[in-house]
Amino acid sequence: MSAVGEVFQLIPPRAPPVATEGVLPWLRRNLFSDLWNTLGTLLVLALLATYLPPLFEWAAWNAVARPDNAACRALEHTGACWGVVGEKYRLILFGRYPYAEQWRPLVATALMIALLAASCYRPFWKRWLIALWIVVLAVFFVLMFGGAFGLTFVETARWGGLPLTIMLSTLGLVTAFPLSVLVALGRRSRMPGIRTLCVLYVELIRGVPLISVLFMASFMFPLFMPAGMTIDVLLRVQVGISLFSAAYLAEVVRGGLQALPRGQVEAAQSLGLSYWQTTRKVVLPQALRLVVPAIMNTFIGTFKDTSLVTIVSLYDLTGALQLALGDSDWRKFFLEGQLFVAAIYFVCCFAMSRYSRWIERHLNTGTRRN
Amino acid sequence: MQTATPIIEFAHVNKWYGQFHVLRDIDLSVARGERIVICGPSGSGKSTLIRCINRLEEHQEGVLRVDGVELTDDLKAIEAIRRQVGMVFQQFNLFPHLTVLENLTLAPMWVGRIPKREADERAMQQLVRVKIAEQAAKYPLQLSGGQQQRVAIARALCLTPKIMLFDEPTSALDPEMIKEVLDVMIELANQGITMLCVTHEMGFARSVADRVIFMDQGQIVEQNTPAEFFGNPKSERTRDFLSKILAH
Repeated sequence: MSAVGEVFQLIPPRAPPVATEGVLPWLRRNLFSDLWNTLGTLLVLALLATYLPPLFEWAAWNAVARPDNAACRALEHTGACWGVVGEKYRLILFGRYPYAEQWRPLVATALMIALLAASCYRPFWKRWLIALWIVVLAVFFVLMFGGAFGLTFVETARWGGLPLTIMLSTLGLVTAFPLSVLVALGRRSRMPGIRTLCVLYVELIRGVPLISVLFMASFMFPLFMPAGMTIDVLLRVQVGISLFSAAYLAEVVRGGLQALPRGQVEAAQSLGLSYWQTTRKVVLPQALRLVVPAIMNTFIGTFKDTSLVTIVSLYDLTGALQLALGDSDWRKFFLEGQLFVAAIYFVCCFAMSRYSRWIERHLNTGTRRN
Repeated sequence: MQTATPIIEFAHVNKWYGQFHVLRDIDLSVARGERIVICGPSGSGKSTLIRCINRLEEHQEGVLRVDGVELTDDLKAIEAIRRQVGMVFQQFNLFPHLTVLENLTLAPMWVGRIPKREADERAMQQLVRVKIAEQAAKYPLQLSGGQQQRVAIARALCLTPKIMLFDEPTSALDPEMIKEVLDVMIELANQGITMLCVTHEMGFARSVADRVIFMDQGQIVEQNTPAEFFGNPKSERTRDFLSKILAH
């Protein structure tokens, strides 16, 4: 500080008095900063010391990895029987799809997952990606259905396991997303007819559980169809899942639209951009990146919700697991089976969650100041 | 200055926000190339007045013609007029997800259907004009307020409009940055574009405006040349307003 009338002098910057980087300062700051923090740290360490060793003993040390039923039974649950996975993984992963033909869902699903991964990469967001999607979806269904190129026909009732889960969620989200954007825009439309329609749709669908939607798609819908006309139950369920997720997504997208300052639209309008140009070039790019975490939240929810299709007799990953555990020899080891399926779900959901954080950072280039 | 056909013509224009009568019987005609400064207390309808010109606000009564076209619900006509009218906002309203250059090329490419290369070239010319060409690759939020506002002016100029509207362009700026924006606006004014500017920068009004309009409670209270307006205000209301804003 300078006294009145004194000449200003610049103070050069210097290092802080206490070291703030390195392991020890980090430990002190984060784990042992005060009494309560220290107590908390010790408590967590004690809990880990109590429960980790037995868990390790069960899951790894005593566990039987071979699909050896006698050895598993001999364990008396003192160790995990991972053999159930070795024995039943084909049934869990592919459901009732004909055993000899299971390479087809394998290839189809691998293609779909590869394309999903490729679609995550922003430089690939070009026109050709849409074309590639159409091709891959066509290949997917040719492989799954068969009945052409010398492949035997497999009816949808026998589809199951991971391919079904991936298909229901991917197609569900790919169709739900554009629909949700339209509905969200519609709810803010100046035209009362469109607005009412969109509000009705969202509120009706959100007002009932997914189970009800699936039941209606599977049992009620056929009653209203003209005689002799049938639509495959899988397609009906797929549409049900799409419509259901779209209602939730629409509200998420609307949240993003609300958050956008009015001036953005006015600036675009004052430049002569039409409604759709404004929406496409100014509104959506900003509104959607605001709600990336919430969108991913809904995506993950939908992915897991597909497991509800078991109630209308479709055997997705969880349904196929129930089929596998129908074998009385292995029924006792349901926990290991559940953990295996849970691990598959976790890997997918965790990947989605990490991707959400990554894409958020990459999309935010313009909205951060640095 | 006054030529045969005015480029903007308000005839008995009225507008309400709900029950609030915001524009009352506005009659105003603006000649080609005329530079008008509009001032008045907040809530007097001056922003609403210029926002009616590019139909960001709709008037409910009366006739408003811009460049010979009457503003109605006809969307195509409105979009055509908006191409002739550039607007600069108090809050800049740059598109934060686009770079400075992309902010400038968006409308020429999508509205003007100009190829990207040519749009880039024109945009760079405008950026040179507002002395900010070196920032073309940055994002708006990386710039200072004064720089952002100059980009906003360049963006509005990219479609070579006949009319420029300024809605309190320096009100959101730090004092140090006001001058750089006013300098750009003065240069623009000297090039003969029709200009309507809502501002309280009375120095700017004095040196640039052909006419100063004072609004209060949705009406045009007084309009005159800057010399007359500041030197010899006719109404009590104007004198009162001027004494407040010129006091500091």
